Amino acid sequence: MDTLLNNLDVFVDGFALTIQVFLWSALFALILGTVVGAMRVSPVAPMRAVGTGYVNLVRNTPLTLLMFFFAFGYPKLDLPSVSYTTLSIFALSLYSATYVAETLRAGINTVPLGQAEAARAIGLTFGQSMSQILMPQAFRAVIPPMMSVFIALLKNTTVAAGFSVAEAGAIRATLSERGEPAIVVLLWVALLFVLLVAILSFVQRKLENGLKVLR
Amino acid sequence: MEPTDSSPATSNITVRRGEPLVVVKDINKHYGELHVLKNINAVVNRGEVVVVIGPSGSGKSTLCRAINRLETIDDGVITIDGVKLPEEGKALARLRADVGMVFQAFNLFAHKTVLDNVTLGPIKVRGLSKADAEKKAMALLERVGVANQAGKMPSQLSGGQQQRVAIARALAMEPKLILLDEPTSALDPEMINEVLEVMVDLANEGMTMIVVTHEMGFARKAADRVIFMAEGEIVEESSPEDFFTNPQSARAQDFLSKILDH
Repeated sequence: MDTLLNNLDVFVDGFALTIQVFLWSALFALILGTVVGAMRVSPVAPMRAVGTGYVNLVRNTPLTLLMFFFAFGYPKLDLPSVSYTTLSIFALSLYSATYVAETLRAGINTVPLGQAEAARAIGLTFGQSMSQILMPQAFRAVIPPMMSVFIALLKNTTVAAGFSVAEAGAIRATLSERGEPAIVVLLWVALLFVLLVAILSFVQRKLENGLKVLR
Repeated sequence: MEPTDSSPATSNITVRRGEPLVVVKDINKHYGELHVLKNINAVVNRGEVVVVIGPSGSGKSTLCRAINRLETIDDGVITIDGVKLPEEGKALARLRADVGMVFQAFNLFAHKTVLDNVTLGPIKVRGLSKADAEKKAMALLERVGVANQAGKMPSQLSGGQQQRVAIARALAMEPKLILLDEPTSALDPEMINEVLEVMVDLANEGMTMIVVTHEMGFARKAADRVIFMAEGEIVEESSPEDFFTNPQSARAQDFLSKILDH
């Protein structure tokens, strides 16, 4: 307990940054993933190809490598310089979006074909069918696996610690300089992650009950 | 438009009452080896109610679905109100908005209330305001007898009620014609009549309808013409009375003996 209380500042700062990185990445991953998921079921072949190419390329790249590209590749480009935190959000968003897209695609496949046909029959365009009929039902169908994607994202934020982002994964390194026992620190970090995940699970249950589609 | 026109729905139809609204010319469709539509030719005039009947696998549903291009065709031409069916994209969506469709499985949007099911098309496709769309939807739900269910989800309704909502949803678009693909085949017997009554009313009001059904009562009461299909071909075409009492082809006689003898 002393380990936690004596270094509360480090824990609070670390987890605050973790939550910040998580929320931004989750938001961007959700938006990008939805667009890519829609592209992957598009009737237009080039759209499907781009979607598939993106998913296969990024999902098959280890997150650490992706972070490397952003942390060391991006600053070499002639672009406005941004913080490592922002770059890690980019990497996490791009990476998680592929999982969001694939989860959503699975969800779209659970929506009965008749729903799409009825949408087309009243004159909705592909985009309208997607946004009005298919995506809302697909989202509801994939809440549990989608939450798993976000839980993975939450834990993946710790990879950013390796790139000078002082989030929760970096707490151990900081505290070992203060001479705290590493194992105890790690246990506290783990416990706090479990707590955060528990919150996400709670949100998941709420969403599942609130948005159930009865057939 | 002639003053005698009492059509309940669209005022934007180009062809006049009694003139060809749907023209199907030399269409063919294959599912792999299977030739499901064999050189089909048919004309449905504005205001006409045509019943398409035939054994399962005869291609009748495929023909019905081809008319708003839920099924593609290999060759041939389908025109609706003088316009060739567009292949895809926005033009096709526009055309579909003018062609109502009622499905065997109702296909109400499962995550939307009854009212939202009916207002979605008018708001998103026709550009109506929410208030106008809801007013119109309530009138239509009233007409098909389910106005008191407007706030419920589709799964809370009986099959007959769902199908009536589906008809209201199609009517809300003010379609030029309505396609009904076996609208009563998924219903319990005691719910068939409530749907058929709505369909008969619609027919009496001058709506152009193409109905794939085995309901002979409906065909006798409301249809102008019966098209009998078998194995992908139109075998016989006649008035309902002639068809049911005096079928010409052996296949129609055989089919009728099977569905009448019980």
